[in-house]
Amino acid sequence: MSLQVIMFMILGVGAIVTALGTITRRNPVASAMNLVAHFFMLSGLYLTLQAQFVAVVQVLVYAGAIMVLVVFVIMLLNVGKEEAHHESFTIRKVLGLVFAGAIVVQMLAIYLGSSPSAMSQLSSKSLTLGATESIGTVLFNQYLFPFEVISLLLLSALIGAVILAKRKVD
Amino acid sequence: MNDFILAAPLVAMSFLSVICIVVDALSPKPGKIPFMFAGFSLLGALLLTIPTFWYHGTAFQNMITVGGYSAFFDVLFLIGGLLTLFAGRPYIAREHFDHDEFYSLIMFSVAGMMVIGHSNNLLISFIGIEIMSVSFYVLSGYLRKSIRSIESALKYFLLGSFATGFLVFGIALLYGATGTLEFPAMHAAVVADKLNFPNLLTVGIALVLIGLSFKAAAFPFHQWAPDVYEGAPTVVTAFMSTAGKAASLSALIPVIAAVVPQTNWKVGMVLAVISAATMLVGNISAVVQSNIKRMLAYSSVAHAGYLMMGFVANNPNGMTGVLFYSAAYLFMQIGAFVIVSLIEKENDGNLQLADYAGLSKRNPVLAALMALFMFSLAGIPPMAGFFGKYYLFIAAVEAGYTWLTIVAVISSMISVYFYIGLVVTMYFKDSTDTTEQDSKPGLAGVTLAISCAFVIILGLFPQLIEKLAHSFFM
Repeated sequence: MSLQVIMFMILGVGAIVTALGTITRRNPVASAMNLVAHFFMLSGLYLTLQAQFVAVVQVLVYAGAIMVLVVFVIMLLNVGKEEAHHESFTIRKVLGLVFAGAIVVQMLAIYLGSSPSAMSQLSSKSLTLGATESIGTVLFNQYLFPFEVISLLLLSALIGAVILAKRKVD
Repeated sequence: MNDFILAAPLVAMSFLSVICIVVDALSPKPGKIPFMFAGFSLLGALLLTIPTFWYHGTAFQNMITVGGYSAFFDVLFLIGGLLTLFAGRPYIAREHFDHDEFYSLIMFSVAGMMVIGHSNNLLISFIGIEIMSVSFYVLSGYLRKSIRSIESALKYFLLGSFATGFLVFGIALLYGATGTLEFPAMHAAVVADKLNFPNLLTVGIALVLIGLSFKAAAFPFHQWAPDVYEGAPTVVTAFMSTAGKAASLSALIPVIAAVVPQTNWKVGMVLAVISAATMLVGNISAVVQSNIKRMLAYSSVAHAGYLMMGFVANNPNGMTGVLFYSAAYLFMQIGAFVIVSLIEKENDGNLQLADYAGLSKRNPVLAALMALFMFSLAGIPPMAGFFGKYYLFIAAVEAGYTWLTIVAVISSMISVYFYIGLVVTMYFKDSTDTTEQDSKPGLAGVTLAISCAFVIILGLFPQLIEKLAHSFFM
């Protein structure tokens, strides 16, 4: 078992534990901190899978920007401990379990049903794809057009937000 | 550099829509200069499309297609944008609203639609759909003082984002199945049966269909349409329900050509059921409406069903029908909605069908135009709407979907009831209130004149467009 696989296992277990922590903690701040830890674990997972760029972006965007926002909102709203409330065993929970189970079964079926060659092909291809350099090259050559058009999308969303949130004129 | 020339209309439109924001911010007199700028931009882009019409190829590393039906849709969306612009200016002035970024947003949405029409890659389709949708979310909530407008924007935004989720998930699964997002490469993979995970293809197609059906307001994802179309500013509704619908459905053209194996046309049955249900539900619901915006909203749902018949047929005639009907539908529906926007009073007044009683005496020109658009929407022979339906019905019969054509004819007959019902109200019922004054059309008159001219020209000389559209799919 190579070091890479061992790291993958450790980080994977860590990711699951912190994800469980996120949804089971009663204190919202503790929950948010678990989520931060979860994002770090995920970025570690990406590193073991040779995706350095995604790993860095994961930390920058999620652990950095988005989590700061979440923690800020928690502080601003002054959310205390979540009040313990008992939900009965509703039809919604049953349906949720059924759907979640269906997705797990589907994933397993696809994973087990696929030929091993397809899987190894994918992993060997991804070796060079994760580096920032190769992402930059692809982004500004092959994907130049979508890259530029996305800026249009972001701009329209930005303007839209400003228009709708502007101080009420009356 | 060559790529920029080939994609000139699209590139120009994207740049100009960004510049329009700056013009908005800098212009001292609110509205006037941005309006002129947007109008001339759309006109300029329209001129730029002409040379690309007879060219067939790709640009930007196979990311977009140039020429063919892309050029056709370019023209359609640009004209739609122009018509909305002309109708929008007097409408906003009447509703006492800031012009602000209205024109920029219209330009953004046109740019987004053009991106969809040019797409040669699922990624591009997705980005285009999002540019268009985001602009529409904002435009539908543009009347910020009206609670209905806000409601409509919120509903549209929440449900639309949900549908986007389906679309992205579907695209991801298609990528997993074929290993590429480019339509020609996907097609090659599907035809050669070289799929990584064959099961994913079916699920992916289904999810993409769900996402696009939502954007086009097809059954069973149409429930948002009446509420959103009713609450949004009327000119925006006109734009969303015509050009927006045509754009969403134009995204289906390459998807169906690429990922659906032609030998095993099971998706046709699924599309046929969606199409039939959309027509019936739309038209039957429209019969019982008393608000004219809701009635036209439900009828626009039904028209999405007619348009889908072309995809069910999936032959050159069917696609020609889609193109022709998109054009015909654009003019007649925009025309009808613009008249509604003229009759409408502030605070959602004068929107009931009963308010149209005696319109022929009060305002004979508007009443005659409305009757013309209604006849065309119903598919009465000398108008554009008739030939659109004719091409679609013929294509469906050719493809062996006779039952679908029968359903379509039945639902068309149902639709005659409420379209002609409005005409009867206008001409044969007397108004209770004779003191009412309708607002002067102003610039909206240009929109009405153009729409009216095209509805008649397309009806009298349908082969003009039919020949051209047919040449794209040979």
